[in-house]
Amino acid sequence: MAMPANEIEALIKAALPDATVTIEDLAGDGDHYAATVVSAMFRGKSRVQQHQLVYAALRGRMGGELHALALQTSAPE
Amino acid sequence: MANPVVERIQSEITANPVMLYMKGTAMFPQCGFSARVVQILTHMGVPFKTANVLDDAELRDGIKQFSNWPTIPQLYVAGEFLGGCDIVTEMYQSGELKTALEEKGVAVAEA
Repeated sequence: MAMPANEIEALIKAALPDATVTIEDLAGDGDHYAATVVSAMFRGKSRVQQHQLVYAALRGRMGGELHALALQTSAPE
Repeated sequence: MANPVVERIQSEITANPVMLYMKGTAMFPQCGFSARVVQILTHMGVPFKTANVLDDAELRDGIKQFSNWPTIPQLYVAGEFLGGCDIVTEMYQSGELKTALEEKGVAVAEA
């Protein structure tokens, strides 16, 4: 069920090429992560829409292979 | 649109100003993320209704399709999807949750 952090980052960057992605492995088990994603593509979008973009980038892995990914998204200042 | 799950969700989120789809119940949450949202709403003194997706596999899948959102919990306010655990927590911490609830006419007891 686990998924390496660099794979998560690669998937997010494939969909949001300008994104700055910071991933923290919360439990050290490769299954509970916290990610901060900053991308200009989030500008003008609601938080729900921003998270949906990230979930779409993960192509169905969220809620499946990837059990816990705490997300924080924002557009660059 | 004769999908009974979609109809059920639509009627629940219309009938209940604050509706939480979660794992477990408000008394006995069965997931830390669900528990956190219950805790926030309870702390704010907001009346809310919950549905336990673990009791109903169709609901569990249906709610994810309904909102195009892959995870549980999901909080709906005045018929609108507000977010999951991360968004609700972030909005609570920044004070936006209180504003969002009040804008939708939901009384918030917390000072």
